[in-house]
Amino acid sequence: MSQTTLTQAPLPERSHKETRSLVQRLATFLYGHPRLVTALLLAPPLLSFIVLYLGSLVALLIQSFFHLDNFTGRVVREFTFQTYADLLSPANMDIVLRTAGMAAMVTVADALLAFPLAYFMARYASPRVRMLLTLGVVMPLWASYIVRVYSWKLILAKEGIIGWFFAQTGLTGLLDGILGLPVIGGPSLSVSPLGAFIAFTYVWLPYMVLPIVAALERVPGSLIEASGDLGANSRQTFRHVILPLAFPGVVAGSIFTFSLTLGDFVVPGALGNSSLFIGQAVLAYQGTSGNIPLAAAFAVVPIVIMAVYLLLARRLGAFDAF
Amino acid sequence: MQRATDEPPTDEPPTMDMDTRRRTTGDRAEGESASVVENKTPVPAVSFHNVSKRFGDVHAVDNVSLDIQDGEFFSMLGPSGSGKTTCLRLIAGFEQPTSGSIRLHGIEAAGLPPFERDVNTVFQDYALFPHMSVLENVAYGLMIKKVPRRERLKTANEMLDLVRLPGMGQRKPSQLSGGQRQRVALARSLVNHPRVLLLDEPLGALDFKLREQMQIELKSIQKQVGITFVYVTHDQQEALTMSDRLVVFNLGRIEQLGTPSDIYERPATEFVAGFVGVSNLVSGPLAEQMSGVSGTFSIRPEKIHLAAASAAVQPGYCCVQGSVRDVVYLGMYTRYLVDVDGGGDLTVVEQNLHTTSMNVLAAKGNRVSLLWAREHMRLVGSETGDQRTANYSIGQGQSEHG
Amino acid sequence: MRSRSIPESRPKAPGLLVATVVLVLLFLYCPFGVIVLYAFTTEDSAFTFPPPGLTLDWFGTAWNRADIWPALSLSLQVASIATIIALVLGTLSAAAVHRAKFFGRDVISLILLLPIALPGIVTGIALRSGMHLLGLDFSVWTIIIGHSTFCVVVVYNNVLARYKRMSNSQLEASMDLGANNFQTFRHVVLPVLATALVAGGMLSFALSFDEIIVTTFTAGQQETLPIWIFTQLTKPRQRPVTNVVAIFVIAITVLPILLANRITRGTGGVAGTGR
Repeated sequence: MSQTTLTQAPLPERSHKETRSLVQRLATFLYGHPRLVTALLLAPPLLSFIVLYLGSLVALLIQSFFHLDNFTGRVVREFTFQTYADLLSPANMDIVLRTAGMAAMVTVADALLAFPLAYFMARYASPRVRMLLTLGVVMPLWASYIVRVYSWKLILAKEGIIGWFFAQTGLTGLLDGILGLPVIGGPSLSVSPLGAFIAFTYVWLPYMVLPIVAALERVPGSLIEASGDLGANSRQTFRHVILPLAFPGVVAGSIFTFSLTLGDFVVPGALGNSSLFIGQAVLAYQGTSGNIPLAAAFAVVPIVIMAVYLLLARRLGAFDAF
Repeated sequence: MQRATDEPPTDEPPTMDMDTRRRTTGDRAEGESASVVENKTPVPAVSFHNVSKRFGDVHAVDNVSLDIQDGEFFSMLGPSGSGKTTCLRLIAGFEQPTSGSIRLHGIEAAGLPPFERDVNTVFQDYALFPHMSVLENVAYGLMIKKVPRRERLKTANEMLDLVRLPGMGQRKPSQLSGGQRQRVALARSLVNHPRVLLLDEPLGALDFKLREQMQIELKSIQKQVGITFVYVTHDQQEALTMSDRLVVFNLGRIEQLGTPSDIYERPATEFVAGFVGVSNLVSGPLAEQMSGVSGTFSIRPEKIHLAAASAAVQPGYCCVQGSVRDVVYLGMYTRYLVDVDGGGDLTVVEQNLHTTSMNVLAAKGNRVSLLWAREHMRLVGSETGDQRTANYSIGQGQSEHG
Repeated sequence: MRSRSIPESRPKAPGLLVATVVLVLLFLYCPFGVIVLYAFTTEDSAFTFPPPGLTLDWFGTAWNRADIWPALSLSLQVASIATIIALVLGTLSAAAVHRAKFFGRDVISLILLLPIALPGIVTGIALRSGMHLLGLDFSVWTIIIGHSTFCVVVVYNNVLARYKRMSNSQLEASMDLGANNFQTFRHVVLPVLATALVAGGMLSFALSFDEIIVTTFTAGQQETLPIWIFTQLTKPRQRPVTNVVAIFVIAITVLPILLANRITRGTGGVAGTGR
């Protein structure tokens, strides 16, 4: 080994007089007080969040216990259940039920559409195809939400693609018949609850696919083989083995579809008719009428529903993988 | 390489005045000598005074006092959880002692963060910076000190030459093998000219042959560079091979401190006898009869000789009778397990100087005498307190007790 | 991350399943095709299929429209500033959570997650009434504040994940070699965090640019681009212009996320580990 000049190589003389700079002293101090550093790091985000966001949430909740005086048009800041009583009026409950019903329908539709895709991805697709499909399923989510909603206005327009398709196949009468139905119909597909339903189903579909894929991937292949071994044909295996094991994935996905539908006002506003959904009600009541308490009460509804839903979901095992 | 005694190294470390001048912790005036007692006694590179470190209820380090001399290769040996790594981190400044004081070249180290200490570390997982090239890694310490670029790269290259990795400067750490990364880590920690270098089980991840080679290289680099090395390992073979002196830790306490031959030939406690090398432990009336003292004794297997059952016993030798229960032929030597008359067994190891495998295996079942020189029987005592809390003073003193 | 898997004997998918899959995929992507198609139609206010004619004129019209540019500019502004705020607050939070175990550590993650987890209208109206209480006028800044609440968690998750991949010994090594905390952050931590910050920033940008629900509540008279699109839905004039804008918006939201995905994929193992 060569003799190194290491021991003689001059380092810059560390001057004895070199007082530690302010920065260095600060660094030493901070090193010795790790808790202080953590607190300093946390202070800005925590303060802004607690003050702004959590504070607002609490304020909202409190507001829901106030009441709008219809004569003066001003909010009376006294604790009362009156506003929640107003919420329970037939007109308002209509809104809640309509929204919840739509959320349920959308969830079911998404589950039906997502399952085959997820099943294919988990059971038949090679790793490369699966990766491509995952990307393919997720990409629409990245594209602008409002644009995706808007696209259905085009597709469902009376003179649009769907209408043309029905005309070509001579089924225009059928379409008109559907549109004539009381609850879901409307002047045109693009202005009807049915149209809103289709749009909802479309926008949230990717959210349903991925949890199901994850759940199906966790089903060990050996279970399926065992089932076949015990004499079940593939349909029975599917019904008795695969479906129950995939169900928690469906529940997990449904959390998204349900919750997102509950709170949305864009789709009903773009494609629905004049019957309001919860989101629209919140927007309307806090707007011109200034009925913040009622708007707040409406806003609380999705939270409560989702809280119950989440508890149920946990019971059904949707969170077992996490 | 191994020193028989604990005398301080003959090349005297710099005198105290130079020491204090080289410290940059600011406020000390020249010549001030707050912490070194005498002018003439060489200041230890590292010194622990009753240091303890507690993590919650666990005493990772329990009242440890020791001195590490300037320029020596000092090992800390012990099983996992014995406190040796914690001691290392205390020296480096990553932990502060719960009680007691640590001095670096005579200067109290409490409150000094790692970046203020003239101590560098080679980490167990090498801790190379992945986003920098090898050369940038090695030059890191110099860059922080704002050494001009050309100069620091030159010095870094010299370092790479020293650790025998010339020309590897442009590679990224991910492109190197384990052994190469280890050398880069070493070069990086030497570039600052620290007065003390800490090595935390640096060879643990290497395969056997590489490890042996690196042991020799490390030792040679240490000699060349003249820095105090503090080396942590759980491999007693490594510690015995490389160290000038070593300390054996167990459960946060010092079991024994001394030169390798001290530790091996004259183990102070049962733990040391068992942990360092293989040992027989004898106690009870038989032992007392042979040695004249009651207690537990350790005898190394290679110190026992097998002889014919009726061999004569020379003065100064102990002898017991027994029969060979088992023989294992190990190429270089043979290991015998002998049942001793009166109870117990002893392991005996003999070099295969003249015999072939057939011969030694035939010894199985034979009646034999076991002979050893009385002086090879070391009292390792029982687990009394005073064995453990003894203070090891600077550079001198026998490390054996009992 | 390429792994050579043992070639499994994968069962062949039943034809019906494959057909269904194809249909569902078509369902997912057709709308984009429609958007693009109708940017070229010659009709002004209807969506007749098939389009009576094709033209590029609407692109020019969109360029000259007076109301689009302010909306676009506002969206870009809001997204940029909200992203910067999110980067700072997200990194601070991630650094704090990673450093130490302290009381309420898990709660932090939950709190930061709330704005995204709760329905948009809840966040929206909560912020609106909160700002009202504080006496804030609704302006660009209230929009930005609203957006930063849900953008922080995106950066936070990315940065925290990256922090978890860093080895603590590298930080110690840096300080051991003479660098103080600030120097260590600059030379050792930041370079490793860099791509996580970029990815988090891009995700945050896309999220903010696309957002409409919370924005509706926290805006005054201002229109961001998504809000502009929404208001166009009820205006039967120059409709293809909306399509032109829509194409543009898709690009602005998809590309950053795609890039962020690219950047954070396979960000290699930590070099220098001895194991």
